[in-house]
Amino acid sequence: MTVADANLDEHTDRGPLGRDELAGVVARDIRPGWYVNLGIGQPTLVANHLAPDSGVTLHTENGMLGMGPLASGDAVDLDLLNAGKEPVTELPGAAYFHHADSFAMMRGGHLDLCVLGAFQVSATGDLANWHTGDPDAVPAVGGAMDLAVGARQVFVMMSLFTKAGTAKLVPSCSYPLTALRCVDRVYTDVATFEITARAVVVRETWGLSYDELCTRVEVPLVRGYP
Amino acid sequence: MSVVCDSADEAVAGVADGSTVLVGGFGMAGMPVHLIDALIRQGATDLTVVSNNAGNADTGLAALLAAGRVRKILCSFPRQADSWVFDGLYRSGRIELEVVPQGNLAERMRAAGAGIGAFYCPTGVGTMLAEGKETREIGGRTYVLEYPIAGDVALIGAHVADRRGNLVYRKTGRNFGPVMATAATTTIAEVRHVVEVGDLDPEAVVTPGIYVDRVVRVPA
Repeated sequence: MTVADANLDEHTDRGPLGRDELAGVVARDIRPGWYVNLGIGQPTLVANHLAPDSGVTLHTENGMLGMGPLASGDAVDLDLLNAGKEPVTELPGAAYFHHADSFAMMRGGHLDLCVLGAFQVSATGDLANWHTGDPDAVPAVGGAMDLAVGARQVFVMMSLFTKAGTAKLVPSCSYPLTALRCVDRVYTDVATFEITARAVVVRETWGLSYDELCTRVEVPLVRGYP
Repeated sequence: MSVVCDSADEAVAGVADGSTVLVGGFGMAGMPVHLIDALIRQGATDLTVVSNNAGNADTGLAALLAAGRVRKILCSFPRQADSWVFDGLYRSGRIELEVVPQGNLAERMRAAGAGIGAFYCPTGVGTMLAEGKETREIGGRTYVLEYPIAGDVALIGAHVADRRGNLVYRKTGRNFGPVMATAATTTIAEVRHVVEVGDLDPEAVVTPGIYVDRVVRVPA
C-alpha cells in the first residue's frame, strides 16, 4: 500500500530501493538545462537515467562539459577520461578546459548541482565523505571539498544505514568533514530528505514508514514540507 | 625562447637535486611518461613532486617514487587501486605527503604563475585540511588563505607544439598542463607532433610559447 498525502510519499508496500532505482530517483529531481557534476562511484549511475533530450550537461572536473556515456571498443580514447579515469565519450557541443578553469567554474557557483556519496551527513548539512578518520588510512580528497563548497546545490546519494545498522544521517558528523552546511538533499535507499535551514524534512520513504524511520534515525525529522 | 630537443634525456638535462617538479596528467591523459622516465635516468633526487595522484602501478611517477628520488609529494588523491608504490613508502614513513584539494592544487599553481601572493578560498573551511591556516570572513562567508605552489620544473604532456613552444592539447589531456606551464621556472613539454612556426592557428593556441622552455617529440 502506498500512502501519499500532500507532503510525504510512504512506499511501505515494497522494500528499500536498489542502487539503480535510487539513481533514477535522483535523476527525477534534475531539471532540464542544468549543469551537473556526478561524483565518482554510485552517483555516476544517475547518468543512465537522464534522457538524451533532458538538456542536462555533465561536467567532469578533469576539464570537460558535455561528457557522454562510457566508451567501449573502438571509441576508447585515452585522452578522453572521466574523473574516475575511465574512458568516456564526448557529446556534440562539448567543451574542454584546464583544471584551474574547471574548479573556478565550480567554485564560482556556475554548476547547478553536484551529486556526491557520503559516509555521514549531519542535520545541518555538514558532509563527511573523504576520510574515515582511521589513522592508518592514506588520506585522499580529490575534488570533494571543492565540489561540496562550489556547486549551487549538493545532493548526497548513500545507503541510510551502515552494515552495523547505524544511521549515516547524524546530529553531528564524527568523521572528518568535507564541508560545512553544504548538503541540500539526501537520497537514500529507504528515504529522501531535504535539509532546510530549520529542519530535516522527509519527502519519501521506501520499505518503511515515516514513524519507523523516526525511531531509527537520531536526527529529529519533519514530515513532508514544513 | 623555446628549444626543441632531440630526446627526452636532453629535455630533462640539468634538473637539480632538491627541485620541486610539477608533473601534469590525469590518468594517462596528458601524462608526460617519457619525460618522467628520462628524469629517472637523469638521476635528480630529493625531489618534491606536485601532481594530482601519486603514481599508478610500477611505471611513470610510481617508478620515480620507487627509485627513491622523491622526498615529498603534494597531491589531491594519492590513494588508488594501483598506488602500491606510494602506499608502501607512505606507510613506512619514507615519503612526506601534503594532501591538497584538487581545485586548490590547480589554483595555487595558477597563483604562482600569475604573480599572486596568496588568495582567500572557501574550499576546506572547517575541515582538517584548513587547520592552522589563516581564515577571514568576507561578505559573510569564511575563506582560507592559500599560498601559491611554484615549481622549479614542470613536466607536461601536450598534443602539438610549434617551434616557438606554442602548445595545443587534446581532449581531457589538457588538465593541469596549461596551469603548470605557467608556474615553473623551466617548463618541459612532451608532444606527439612538432610543427613549423605559422602552422598552428593562433586562435587555437592554449599555452603560449612564452611559458614553454623545452619541447620534445615523443612517439604518439
